[in-house]
Amino acid sequence: MSTTYDEALANYEPVFGLETHVELGTVSKMFCGCGTTFGAPPNTQVCPVCLGLPGSLPVANAMAIESTIRIGLALHCTIARWCRFARKNYFYPDMPKNFQISQYDEPLCVEGYLDVEVGDSVVRVGIERVHLEEDTGKSLHVGGSTGRIHGATHSLVDYNRAGIPLVEIVTKPVPGTGALAPEVARAYVTELRETLRALGVSDVRMEEGSLRCDVNLSLNRVGATEWGTRSETKNVNSLRSVERAVRSEIERQSEVLSAGGRVVQETRHFHEDTGVTTSGRSKEMAEDYRYFPEPDLVPIAPAADWVESLRDALPELPFERRRRLREEWGISALDMQAALNAGAVAAIESTVAAGASPRDAYKWWMGELARQANERGVEVSTLPVTPSDVARISVLVNDGKLTDKLARQVLDGVLACEGSPDDVVAARGLEVVSDDAALGAAVDAAIGADPDAAQKVRDGKVAAAGALVGAVMKATGGKADAARVRELVLERLNTDA
Amino acid sequence: MPSITRAEAAHLARLSRLALTDDELDQLAGQLDVIINAVARVSEVADADVPPTSHSVPLTNVFRPDEVRPCLTPDEALAGAPAAEEQRFRVPRILDEE
Repeated sequence: MSTTYDEALANYEPVFGLETHVELGTVSKMFCGCGTTFGAPPNTQVCPVCLGLPGSLPVANAMAIESTIRIGLALHCTIARWCRFARKNYFYPDMPKNFQISQYDEPLCVEGYLDVEVGDSVVRVGIERVHLEEDTGKSLHVGGSTGRIHGATHSLVDYNRAGIPLVEIVTKPVPGTGALAPEVARAYVTELRETLRALGVSDVRMEEGSLRCDVNLSLNRVGATEWGTRSETKNVNSLRSVERAVRSEIERQSEVLSAGGRVVQETRHFHEDTGVTTSGRSKEMAEDYRYFPEPDLVPIAPAADWVESLRDALPELPFERRRRLREEWGISALDMQAALNAGAVAAIESTVAAGASPRDAYKWWMGELARQANERGVEVSTLPVTPSDVARISVLVNDGKLTDKLARQVLDGVLACEGSPDDVVAARGLEVVSDDAALGAAVDAAIGADPDAAQKVRDGKVAAAGALVGAVMKATGGKADAARVRELVLERLNTDA
Repeated sequence: MPSITRAEAAHLARLSRLALTDDELDQLAGQLDVIINAVARVSEVADADVPPTSHSVPLTNVFRPDEVRPCLTPDEALAGAPAAEEQRFRVPRILDEE
């Protein structure tokens, strides 16, 4: 912990809020039938509607409305009985119409919450609103350094993304988390992402921009009743960055305030490379978007029975699912959190379903496989091994056909795409030598080859048996069960150990 | 007292990226004021039981199914663009916000 951070928290109470934008996974855009494939060549998924050409008219995508309501329900929101889209007017080339269709004072969903686990405690993060809008185009700034606006001579715009349905989820301010604020903020985005994934409404890929965060943060003096001025940090596009942005803003604002300055209400930019924020637009020249109800779209009035049927059809939500699995698996909240952070919960669950004990399934995925995934720099769930492979290996170990060491070799074979665990065992000849007669011969040979060690064991120095066990393991190519070999050695040398 | 001041007219012009001369501002502020006052007379006839409305037809829930329809080709899309480069719309330098 740096001194600055500790000092900041001794004097100030951080209050944060998050605005998360989620691109929905619909096959067509929000207001037209253009496709939504990520990474398509520029301007190949555009039409008169999303290019804002004169005379074109938008029609809302039914699936996007349904997905937004399902998100609202999963976040325990109240669903509006009647609401409208609004025009947010601004001049920027990422929206060719010079306005974005959004929602203003009539969002589709309001007043909900998301429970977030941090360590052993649960923090309830209030949800202010969930509304539906359209995404903007992508600009490429030419002539400056590293694609930044600064110093650019001109910009090139691709409207493939313009008009993709975008849901904005806004939390209420979250006070009272103290030094844990960065961690709670990160846990909130993690939980939200899991929830959206469970709903199947978005691919929630932060690296492709389908889930993006803005972090609002203010500090108030400990014991004060009034909240300080907040800053809004944009471009926070990874879980780690959410945590770093909150922390960096706590430190920065605290330094400003402690030096007798005041925090300016402004937009700040987060820099992934340095982990700090820099000043952007000052909000003192407050934006004036001149919102008004979108005249080209009629109001949305979701029927109460439709909303109830969507509520009834919601999947089990991650928070509840983890609680259930934790009981079934008999693991602690912290172990479950580790599995969640590693993205291994579903794999462990499937491995248990395929016949492994929860303890073994957890051990494999969070041990050897997590290590391998870490080495390769990938998520554990993307390794070329299936839950049933892992379950099969664990069964082979429990049946005494594999030792832990052999099992790891079998796993290596599976990961090297050599086939199923049984294929690898057969091809590499990895089965445990469990035939006592064969083992006995190897034990006799080892004793014969090392009379000194044998004598020591006979004299009661049981520790010397290690050398003999080692020799047998070597002779059998590691395929013997070391515990059984040890038993045989001690039996033959007549000790009671 | 006019319902729209000259300062408001200037603010609207700035939001709309319109460069208006002082004379034009005087003239347009006056005209906008007349228009707004004319429209405002609607509220004199509307009673408290008439809710404000944004749409002239009493319709709700007009949706389309989530289906992909044919798009324009990039050439068609860029046909009306003042300038294009790398199959993208080329626009002048955007004011630095950083």
